[in-house]
Amino acid sequence: MLRLTSVSAFYGPIQALRGVSLHVAPGEVVALIGANGAGKSTILNAVCGVGPRRRGRIVFDGADISRASCAEIVRRGLMQVPEGRQVFPTMSVRDNLVLGAYRRRAGARPAADRMAHMFDLFPILAERSRQAAGTLSGGEQQMLAIGRALMGEPRMLLLDEPSLGLAPVIAQQIFRTIDALRGRGTTMLLVEQNAVMALRLADRAYVVEAGQVVLDGSSEDLLANEEVKRAYLGRGYREVWER
Amino acid sequence: MAEFSSAETMDRGDLAQLQLERLQATVNRVYRNVPTYQRLFQSAGVLPEQIETLDDVVRLPFTDRHTLAENYPYGMFTVPLKDVVRLHTTGGPDDRPVVLGYTANDLRHWTDLTTRVLASAGVTHEDVVLINFDYGRVTGAFGLQYGAEHLGASVIPGTALHLDRQLDLIRDYRVTVLLSTPSDALRLVHRMRELQRDHGDLVLGTAILGSEPFTEDQRGRIETGLGVKAFDSYGLAVVMGPGLAAECGHGTGLHVSEDHVLAEIVDPHTGDRLPDGETGELVFTTLTKEAFPLIRYRTGDLTSLDRAPCACGRTRARMARVSGRTDEQVAVGGLVLYPGPIERHLREAGITQPIFQLRITSGQELDQLDLDVEIGDLFRDRMRDLAGLRERVQTLFFECFRVPAEVHLVEPGSISGREDGERRIVDLRR
Repeated sequence: MLRLTSVSAFYGPIQALRGVSLHVAPGEVVALIGANGAGKSTILNAVCGVGPRRRGRIVFDGADISRASCAEIVRRGLMQVPEGRQVFPTMSVRDNLVLGAYRRRAGARPAADRMAHMFDLFPILAERSRQAAGTLSGGEQQMLAIGRALMGEPRMLLLDEPSLGLAPVIAQQIFRTIDALRGRGTTMLLVEQNAVMALRLADRAYVVEAGQVVLDGSSEDLLANEEVKRAYLGRGYREVWER
Repeated sequence: MAEFSSAETMDRGDLAQLQLERLQATVNRVYRNVPTYQRLFQSAGVLPEQIETLDDVVRLPFTDRHTLAENYPYGMFTVPLKDVVRLHTTGGPDDRPVVLGYTANDLRHWTDLTTRVLASAGVTHEDVVLINFDYGRVTGAFGLQYGAEHLGASVIPGTALHLDRQLDLIRDYRVTVLLSTPSDALRLVHRMRELQRDHGDLVLGTAILGSEPFTEDQRGRIETGLGVKAFDSYGLAVVMGPGLAAECGHGTGLHVSEDHVLAEIVDPHTGDRLPDGETGELVFTTLTKEAFPLIRYRTGDLTSLDRAPCACGRTRARMARVSGRTDEQVAVGGLVLYPGPIERHLREAGITQPIFQLRITSGQELDQLDLDVEIGDLFRDRMRDLAGLRERVQTLFFECFRVPAEVHLVEPGSISGREDGERRIVDLRR
């Protein structure tokens, strides 16, 4: 569904991405893991049409979106849940969700239907629907941000660091939510610093270092790769059988 | 005919994207972690980020057996030794062998590849598989075992057994699939004929032959003699082992595992890439190997590629059956022979400037090795010494290579005077 071929990105003279190629097939969940500053978010932004000067090809659902505007990309059904949630704090939960439906694909269901569906998926949002989004907890805001993106009935969802700044127990909840979405066939590209969670959730992953892909494979392969374990899974990580 | 995984029927456009991703990741990794590759890339004037399409692979430097031998033991490893769970050794072109490393994931990928070889030949969990190789010499046997076990077949790991014992085993253990070299399969056929046994009391149905090239005529004799359908399997220990390419039964060549290796054909003299259909040297770049990736490894095998669809449904490119070598390496009895070690043994035997030629011919049923060695006049005076020398060289040869050679001591100039005199190993088996 999404294919990047040798994409490079430059912030002025600084090259943030060096020939990155990756793909996401329909129904797949693919993760990008890597250290801070490796270029993972730059990749997501490049896909969305946000961000620096680029080279290379990006194809979404058969259409070349390398030079497309953000608006056009959203219209084609590619939506991002940005890093840091970015909910509109003074607006209510309900209004935040409505905003997500503002730029919908042609043929999408009416906003009211979608809203009801979101409240089904995220009961806590139903409870707090009239509250100002800024008064929600971190985890609740993350669910709102995901809900908002889903309001646009995306063909594919991009998630930028969904667990960032959240307590581990809350992060677990968010990942369970994302897993539920996966179960419903949502195609996703997920950027995550929490590599363990990301690999447990995703089908495949790419390891990004200094703007390049250095390793890719199934989650099983990456969880078993010694270098990945050392660099990204933390000293506290133990094999399942050791628990 | 046989079942195969969806990875083998991938659309070629998707395959190209997958290959590019894996090529770029491999190139990035080796450049970062292996000083030898950094030097090779710098000499070739190329940086990893310049590899933007699959065609850019021609900008990458070649490697060959000499590169590997020069980096003995661990100079080509891309991961720390502690991540390597398996170390095998294979012969090198001079005195230094080549050390192969595998991580846990590499072993798993090897299993997937050998599973494909077996599945292409119709092997299932109901089969009884005899891996008729000496594991100590032929490290590929390990890979074949993983594949066979993964399929759930009943696996008999082989060892060096007397021929008659092999035949009894095949009959009594109800072996249905034989994995061996073509020479060893022919040995079985020959022995059965000598014992006046036919294959009627065997339940063998399939033979998968690897490690050496063999002619269609030899295939025919094996199929008739053992009552099997015979499949060619291609592998190279330094690239992974068996599992790189295998026949599907439609007689159209061997399907290359293109999701794990990028195959090219180049002109052996100029190194230029050749188009599909033209015969040249097979070059592999590994796409998934962790411990010991290889960039544009020159195999020395001559073949051609065909990317047209095959009747079996697989979309993987096919390589033609190997038609020859570009160098003096030869495979006999599952092992690889080089002139270098032979020269060393001749020096050990007391011949200071060895001039020799090893000729390999297809005997009636077996490969015949004849080692001609030029002996100077000084030796000729002492007949007794000649006999002793011949004996010594034969023993040394067998001890080293585990296959016997008939040694002939010849007059000075008789080898250099031959048309193919400058070749130290001549393979006449085709």
